[in-house]
Amino acid sequence: MNDILLDVRGLRTAFHTEAGAWPAVDGVDLAVRRGEILGLVGESGSGKSVTGFSLLGLIDPPGEVVDGEILFRGQDLRTYDEERMRQLRGNRIAMIFQDPLMTLNPVLRVGEQMLEAIQTHADVPRREALERCRQALERVGIPSPEARLRSYPHEFSGGMRQRVAIAIALLNQPDLIICDEPTTALDVTIQGQILYQMQQICREQQTALIWITHDLGVVAELADRVAVMYAGRIVETGPVDQVLDAPRHPYTRGLLESMPARTRPGERLRQIDGMAPTLSARPSGCAFRQRCPSAVTRCTEQAPAPTREGARSYRCYAPILPPAPSTPHAPAEAARRPAASPEAPAPRGARKPAE
Amino acid sequence: MNAEANAQATPPVIELRDVHKRFEQRPDLAQRLLALAGRPAARRTVHAVNGVSLSLARGEVVGLVGESGCGKSTLGRVVAGLYRPTEGELRYQGRPVADLQGADRLAYTLGVQMIFQDPQASLNPRQRLRQILSEPLKVHKLAAPAEVPARVERALAEVGLDAQYRERYPHQISGGQRQRIGIARALMVGPRFLVCDEPVAALDVSIQAQVINLFMDLRAQHGFTYLFISHDLGVVRHISDRVAIMYLGRIVEQAAAADLYARPNHPYTQALLAEMPDVSRRGRAFTPIRGEIPSPLAPPAGCTFHPRCPHAMPRCREQAPELKQVAAGHWSACHLNDTPA
Repeated sequence: MNDILLDVRGLRTAFHTEAGAWPAVDGVDLAVRRGEILGLVGESGSGKSVTGFSLLGLIDPPGEVVDGEILFRGQDLRTYDEERMRQLRGNRIAMIFQDPLMTLNPVLRVGEQMLEAIQTHADVPRREALERCRQALERVGIPSPEARLRSYPHEFSGGMRQRVAIAIALLNQPDLIICDEPTTALDVTIQGQILYQMQQICREQQTALIWITHDLGVVAELADRVAVMYAGRIVETGPVDQVLDAPRHPYTRGLLESMPARTRPGERLRQIDGMAPTLSARPSGCAFRQRCPSAVTRCTEQAPAPTREGARSYRCYAPILPPAPSTPHAPAEAARRPAASPEAPAPRGARKPAE
Repeated sequence: MNAEANAQATPPVIELRDVHKRFEQRPDLAQRLLALAGRPAARRTVHAVNGVSLSLARGEVVGLVGESGCGKSTLGRVVAGLYRPTEGELRYQGRPVADLQGADRLAYTLGVQMIFQDPQASLNPRQRLRQILSEPLKVHKLAAPAEVPARVERALAEVGLDAQYRERYPHQISGGQRQRIGIARALMVGPRFLVCDEPVAALDVSIQAQVINLFMDLRAQHGFTYLFISHDLGVVRHISDRVAIMYLGRIVEQAAAADLYARPNHPYTQALLAEMPDVSRRGRAFTPIRGEIPSPLAPPAGCTFHPRCPHAMPRCREQAPELKQVAAGHWSACHLNDTPA
């Protein structure tokens, strides 16, 4: 249960333009354990989708993974050639996209597409493979799966189509599924059904999930751990309870507070002023500093390195710390110590708690 | 409270009386040929809005909630005058819109403005923002040419945009700013009533909060009335005085916002509230509602929700329930309310 399935270190993905190379993903570290659900949260342009695509080697020019390691079961996927990546994709790592209409072939029956996903990776007789397809459709809750194998994608509703995409992702019992906003386009009652099935299946098969989304509510309900991205970096990560109940990074707190549920109806929402910087106009130092209520001079100089605190970490010089670190379970000393990083001076005692 | 007191004194700004909106499929070539050969195909009719009555008092914010295909956007477009109701009546300040002529008609046209979900699609990409904003003034001759630049600047300031933005094109600003321009454009003609069709659905959380705050500020300043259409129950709770829940063309429940969220009566409302993602809920064991939204081309008989309803009774399959008052100001269309508990 505790072994690390995917370990991403210092991932950088840049997009080359005439004006230079812009890092959409700017040094991302991620770890996913077997059977674990990681919520990767961020707003548009934060680099969360590019991160997901980079892991699977799906970045096309002018984009390029320029740095970092992607260790999957101990092996660096960046050293794999295209053929080995093909063997891996859809087999050990699968991906589910926001819009299944874009990923399903409109002129092939669903059964044919599913067969292809099996037979690309293994020599399975057609009849046996078809039976596996039927079972996969059944497992994701598609009624009369036998008949549905002969349907075309356009004959399914949006929710059903997403189920087909999930069924295809599950066919080869992958170790990891990367889900890029898979329920964003769906209605809440349908989203509930799909979340339910994903949760069940991942538990049964010990499949790990990276759930890319902008919806903190979904992450709270589904994920074990969460990573919050802003301007190409993970600014805060840790167990869902810790991060969402007591965010350390001002951006995480800002996101949580701007949700209507956190304010009494009719009152002004506590908004984060300004907007996320575009890729070509990211400020020096911490990319959030221009919108940050607790920014200090140091934030302009150098981006903060991750500060580790038990199972969580955050990148901030002025984190929101609990008022009294004397609670029995708080690892007071270790908590304040920054990660072993030469360029990160210790923030210990440097900041008062923000509140 | 205030809105209620006003409602008795003055007629509602907008009133819908048993409004229906049907769309008929035009027969395609093959069907027309078959019809010529004496085999006419059955006309397929979508009953998008199926007998909705709703009134909005001055200064009130009514949230209209439903899932895709429930007819909420169609209803919004009927209110804004973009669609004519197939049946039923739309009234503006107590008078039927269909009978309005001349200056009265114009007062309705300008008084009710619409804000769309996708500002990208509703702003002309080849016009500068100042052109986009000044167009309504020119079309309706609401300002002398010399006044226009000042009006544009004032509108920009009102939605929190710097005056320097007036020379930009829609693609040069962010999604949140585009939505602000959509709002500013609606404000140019001095409306009283805004139909907001999913105005924050396409925005990121932090930007969404800014735009919701803007809506609330504008209401406080101008006393606007909003019909706020959204699928997001959290946003609707925040901004609305009253909430109406729509399912397959009908309003199934309607109540004061606090009341509806505290004591949802209709099983559909209960299901929606249960599925609303909630940050304070962790590691939830999902037990979702069954089934999909039926196609409005072939709605189920009786109560349209019965195939998905956990409490469906034989009667629900036969008879459509009427909206009935279950508590003061709380209306619900469910047969369960007739059954002794």
